[in-house]
Amino acid sequence: MTTEHQTLALILFSLFIAVTLGITTWVSRNRHGSAEEFYVGGRLFSPMENGFAIAGDYMSAASFLGISGLIALFGYDGLLYSVGFLVAWLVVLFLVAELVRNCGRFTLADVVAARMSERPVRIAAGASSVTVSVLYLVAQMVGAGSLVGLLLGDSGTAARTLTVIGVGALMVVYVSFGGMRATTWIQIVKAVLLMGGAVTLTVLVLLRFHGDFDQLLTSAAERSGHGRRFLSPGLKYGADWTSRFDFMSLGLALVLGTAGLPHILSRFYTVPTARAARRSVVWAIALIGGFYLMTIVLGFGAAALVGPDEVRASNASGNTAVPLLAAFLGGGAGTTGGAVLFAFVAAIAFATILAVVAGITLASSASVAHDLYASLKRRHARQRSEVAVARVAAVGIGAVAIALGLLAQDLNVAFLVGLAFAVAASANLPVLLYSLFWRGFTTRGAVWSVYGGLVPAVVLVVLSPVVSGSPESLFPGVSFQFFPLQNPGLVSIPLGFLAGWLGTVTSAEEPGEAKYAETEVRSLTGAGAV
Amino acid sequence: MDKHEGPDAGTIRLDDPWYDALAVGWGEGEGGEPPPPRPAAGGRAAPGASDIYLEVQRSAAFQEVRSRYRGFVVPATAGFLLWYVAYVVAATTAPGIMARPVFGAVNVALLAGLGQFLSTFLLTWAYSRHARLRRDRAALDLRWTVFEQERDQERNRNRNQSRGTGR
Repeated sequence: MTTEHQTLALILFSLFIAVTLGITTWVSRNRHGSAEEFYVGGRLFSPMENGFAIAGDYMSAASFLGISGLIALFGYDGLLYSVGFLVAWLVVLFLVAELVRNCGRFTLADVVAARMSERPVRIAAGASSVTVSVLYLVAQMVGAGSLVGLLLGDSGTAARTLTVIGVGALMVVYVSFGGMRATTWIQIVKAVLLMGGAVTLTVLVLLRFHGDFDQLLTSAAERSGHGRRFLSPGLKYGADWTSRFDFMSLGLALVLGTAGLPHILSRFYTVPTARAARRSVVWAIALIGGFYLMTIVLGFGAAALVGPDEVRASNASGNTAVPLLAAFLGGGAGTTGGAVLFAFVAAIAFATILAVVAGITLASSASVAHDLYASLKRRHARQRSEVAVARVAAVGIGAVAIALGLLAQDLNVAFLVGLAFAVAASANLPVLLYSLFWRGFTTRGAVWSVYGGLVPAVVLVVLSPVVSGSPESLFPGVSFQFFPLQNPGLVSIPLGFLAGWLGTVTSAEEPGEAKYAETEVRSLTGAGAV
Repeated sequence: MDKHEGPDAGTIRLDDPWYDALAVGWGEGEGGEPPPPRPAAGGRAAPGASDIYLEVQRSAAFQEVRSRYRGFVVPATAGFLLWYVAYVVAATTAPGIMARPVFGAVNVALLAGLGQFLSTFLLTWAYSRHARLRRDRAALDLRWTVFEQERDQERNRNRNQSRGTGR
C-alpha cells in the first residue's frame, strides 16, 4: 500500500483513539470506584444505548473482516456463519437476557451460585468464562495483526507485533480507568462508525451494479472461477464428510455459544430492569441483522470487484477483503478516493477491534476478581478492593491474549471466534440453562456441567488439526492430531449437557426446593433484583 | 422497534427499592460480609425470605406468568432451532437441492439463508410484543407483592426484637 494510505489511516485511527481516551477521562471524572460502577456502569444505560453497545460488542473483527472475507473466498459457505451468528440471538432473547438480568449481579457465576454452594460453582464458572474470553481476545488480536500487515505490507513484521502489543496496552488503559461506562461509550461510538462504514460500502457496491443484486451474484460467481457453485453451499464445507461434520459442529457452536459469552451476559446488567434488557436485545438484533445482511453484499462485492485471487494474495484466510474492496470502490489503490476509503475502513476495523477487546477484557477481569479471586483468596489475606483486583486482572489477561495472538497470526479470525463460541456453548450455556429451568439441579451437577463441557472442548481443540498435523496449524512441524474436526462443538456441547445431568442424578445432595423457587420467581418477575 | 415503552422505563432508577448499592462489592467498606439472618425472637420461627418465594411460586398469579412465558418460549425455541438445524444439515448434506436455481442467480440456498434472517426478525418482534402485552404487568405486580411481604416481615422482626430488648 502507498504511504498516503498509511498516513491517512493512521490519522483517522489516532483520532478514534483520542476520542475514546477523551471519553474515558470524561466518564471517569468524579467516579467513586465502586464495583457497581466499574463492572456495570451503575446500571443506568438506556435500552437503546445498551442495544448499540451490545451490537458494538458482538460485531467483532470476525464479523467485519472474517465473514466478508470468507464469502469473498468461498461464496455461500461464508454466509452460513452470519446466519448462525444472528439466529443465536433468539436463544439470548428468549431464554437468557431477562432472566439473567433479574437473577445475577455482575457475572454468569452469580446466577448459578445463587442456588448452589457458592465456592466450587464460582471457581468453575469463573475459569470457563476466562477461557472463553481469552480465546475470543486472541481472535481480535489476530485481526489487528492482519490489518497492520495489510497496511504496511511484508516489511511490517515488527510493526505487526508492536500493533498487537499496542492494542493490548490501550485496552488495559480503557478498562482500568474507565470501567464499564467508558467501555460502553467506546462500543456505542464504534457501532455507529461500523454501521456507517458498512452502509457506505454497501451502497457503493450496489451502485456499481445499478442496484441489481442478481447481477452482483452473477459477476461474483464468474470472477470466482467456480461458476454457479460459488453461490451454493459446499465449496468450503462440502468436500468430504469430515468437513461437513465440521460445519455442523461450527453451526451448533455459533447458535448456542452467544448465550454463554461472558462479555455479552455482562451487558445485560448495565440496564436497570429486565424489560430494558429485553429491549436492548431487540435493538441489538435489528442492528446485527442489518449488519450481517450488508456483509453478504460486501463479501460477494469483494469477490466480484476485487476477485478471490487478489484477496487471497493479500491474506490467505481472507481477512483483508473488505479494506481491499474499499480501496477499489474509491477508485483503485493508487487514487486519492481509494486511499481515503481504504483508510476509513481500516480505521473502523481498528476501532472495532479495540472496542471488542475492551469489552471482553472488562468481562474477564470481572470473572477473575468477582468469581475466582473472591473464592480462592485466603480468608485472612490482606483486604484489597475488588476493583483493584479487577484492574490487575485486566493487565494479566491482556498479556496472555497478546502472547497467544502473536502465535496464532495466520488463522482466520471468524474461525478462531468459532472456537470461543464452542467453548462458551459447551461450558457456560448448559449450566446457565439448568440453573434457570431445572428444579432438581444440584451443586455437583453445576460443577460437572462446567468442567464436562470445558475440558472436552479445550482438549479436542488441542488434538484437532488447528493445533498440529496440517500445514495451516499452529505447530505444523509436529503431529498429535487425533480429532478430525476443527470445531469441537458437535461433541463437547452434548457432553456439557450430559455431564450436568449425570452430576445431578448421581449427587446425594437434596436439591433446594426453596432456592429454586427463589430463582424461578426472581428470574420471571424481577423481585429482589439489583 | 419497540416504541411502546412508555415513560416509566426511564424513571425506575436510583429510587428503585431494590437498588442495594451497599451490598455490592467486597473489600470496599469495613463489613464485606452481609449480616447473617437474625434469629426470630420469641423462639417461634418467623417466615424467611425463602418462604415468601415458595408462597409466591405456588400462587396462581405466578403460575399464570410462568405458563404464559413457557407457552411462548418453548414452542418458539423448538421451532427456530429445528429450522436452523434443518438449514445447516441441508446446506452441508444436500447441496444439490440447495443449488437449484429459483430466479436469476438466486437459488434455494440463498432464499433459505434470507429466510433465516426474516424468521429471526419476526420472532424477535413476536416475542417482545407477547412479553409486553401478556407478561410485563403481571410480573411487575408480583415483584411488588414480594417486596411488600419482605417489608412486612422485616417490620415484624424489628417489632419483635424491640419488644425482646425492652423486656
